[in-house]
Amino acid sequence: MEARKGDWVIIHNTVLTSDERAPQVPEDTRCVPLESWVKGFLEKNAVIGEEVIITTITGRKVSGKLVEINPSYRHNFGEFVPELLQIGIQLKEMLAGGENNA
Amino acid sequence: MHKDMSYQAVMARKNEIMKQAIGIDYSVFESGTIAFDYERMMRETGYTLEEMQSIQGSTGVGNTPLLELRNLTALARKFAPKGKGARIFIKDEASNPSGSFKARRAANAVYHAKKLGYKGVIAATSGNYGAAVASQAAMQGLKCIIVQECYDSKGVGQPEIIEKARKCEAYGAEVVQLSVGPELFYTFLKLLEETQYFNASLYTPFGIAGVETLGYELAVQFREKEGRDPDVVVCTNAGGGNLTGTARGLIKSGAEGVQVVGASVNLQGLHMASDKQFNRKSFTTGHTGFGIPFSTWPDRSDVPRSAARPLRYMDRYVTVSQGEVFYMTEALAQLQGLERGPAGNTSLAAAFSIAQELDQDQIIVVQETEYTGAGKHIQAQLSFARQNGIEIKFGNPKEEIPGTNIILPENPGLIQAKDIDMDKIRRSYIHNSIETTGIAYVSKTDIEFLSQDAKVSVDFVKQVLREKNVQIEE
Repeated sequence: MEARKGDWVIIHNTVLTSDERAPQVPEDTRCVPLESWVKGFLEKNAVIGEEVIITTITGRKVSGKLVEINPSYRHNFGEFVPELLQIGIQLKEMLAGGENNA
Repeated sequence: MHKDMSYQAVMARKNEIMKQAIGIDYSVFESGTIAFDYERMMRETGYTLEEMQSIQGSTGVGNTPLLELRNLTALARKFAPKGKGARIFIKDEASNPSGSFKARRAANAVYHAKKLGYKGVIAATSGNYGAAVASQAAMQGLKCIIVQECYDSKGVGQPEIIEKARKCEAYGAEVVQLSVGPELFYTFLKLLEETQYFNASLYTPFGIAGVETLGYELAVQFREKEGRDPDVVVCTNAGGGNLTGTARGLIKSGAEGVQVVGASVNLQGLHMASDKQFNRKSFTTGHTGFGIPFSTWPDRSDVPRSAARPLRYMDRYVTVSQGEVFYMTEALAQLQGLERGPAGNTSLAAAFSIAQELDQDQIIVVQETEYTGAGKHIQAQLSFARQNGIEIKFGNPKEEIPGTNIILPENPGLIQAKDIDMDKIRRSYIHNSIETTGIAYVSKTDIEFLSQDAKVSVDFVKQVLREKNVQIEE
């Protein structure tokens, strides 16, 4: 997919390779690189996966691999958790039936 | 010539970068050994209470409502011994512009950065503080970068942290997202060096002093409403700033008899820097993974001397389980009509339990709430936990194993705050002060400092020091 100059995009970088990681990181973390993602406006037309330069919202120039155009927020309320329903039902019964219900 | 940007080289420039980025020369408060002049640091680099109230007031921060939780109090009394069950109140800090008490910290930090002529601010945080700094930067016209630990190596992110990134971007901030690891600090230092922005650290005197208005307000509101001070104030404890600032504010108001309780979610057994365990926890802050290390060694933060020193002010420290906090979050919505973020309800779960130890005419306060929404919500967190293989069920929360299951209490009577042995963490703090500084001779000044910093007697300090084989000035 082609991104055009000026598009809002997200880029990816490897900050530290597995070998460069800090001595205090636990074993499982040491096996993987430290990665970063940052968003900005694309400097030149490019395709996904290409090395590009962006200008971030604060005006920094950052280079990295193009990942996505118009990156979306995908977080939500998740799958419904039915257990939560039971809490309100239980608590309302407890308060309604008790001697505190004046 | 290009600067060496390797991990080792940047970390070696840490002190120089920090001095430039905070504008405080910490060395003037130092003794060269363990002790430093904490009160002088707070005095000379902070603001007076009146100044802070005015700074915060000008951006709509503070003066949040104090609400009595009558239905939760009635519920607690059902499980309390006869005559017990204190009145539970909550300070609705979600009413601040960015949705949490962190706006108080950020208002001061950003104001200070602007006063010193910085063009922008940077903060390293995955939590409410990032949103608070971004919101304040928007109001005060500074640029803002937030650095957050967000994803594991598979690119899966905690929904709560992703929501926080959205919120920061909504306020016009740049968000730099990283995978798991303490080297976030390296990226943070590089950004400070590159941009010459202000380090809006959570742990500067201005930030901590910003929370003093919360403690002060609490006391004033209680005197107006109830004609007296509260008996117990519960603060969710992670980095220690919330508790430190609130307690200092209470003291400034003259409410010195109030018992200050810290509460953290128990995440024992989960390693905070582990890539594999990152998404097996359901709380991103307010947990023991921060609370214990920062209480037992506050100077592990991103400034040379942290202004957040919770042991100085903490009378009691309790933990609650993830399931207990989720349950209370739902209870707050269902019984009190207040839908608030899970992390702020850590203290509420603790208060619900502690209220049952107190007399009915006593007052216990939860001193904060936070906003909630997509990603940052019990539905999102529990659903995410389930996707990550965590078992969710009703049962006895005592049996919860962090990273394996989340046990929602079968009934609210099972909610029970668990005491942390205060002497044990105080000893651990004194041990850390020796191990970190590598000091072999401890002066009277150091002993006096340790006694204040750990809130213990001089004899207690000496006894612990003797175990460390260091020479003590008698």
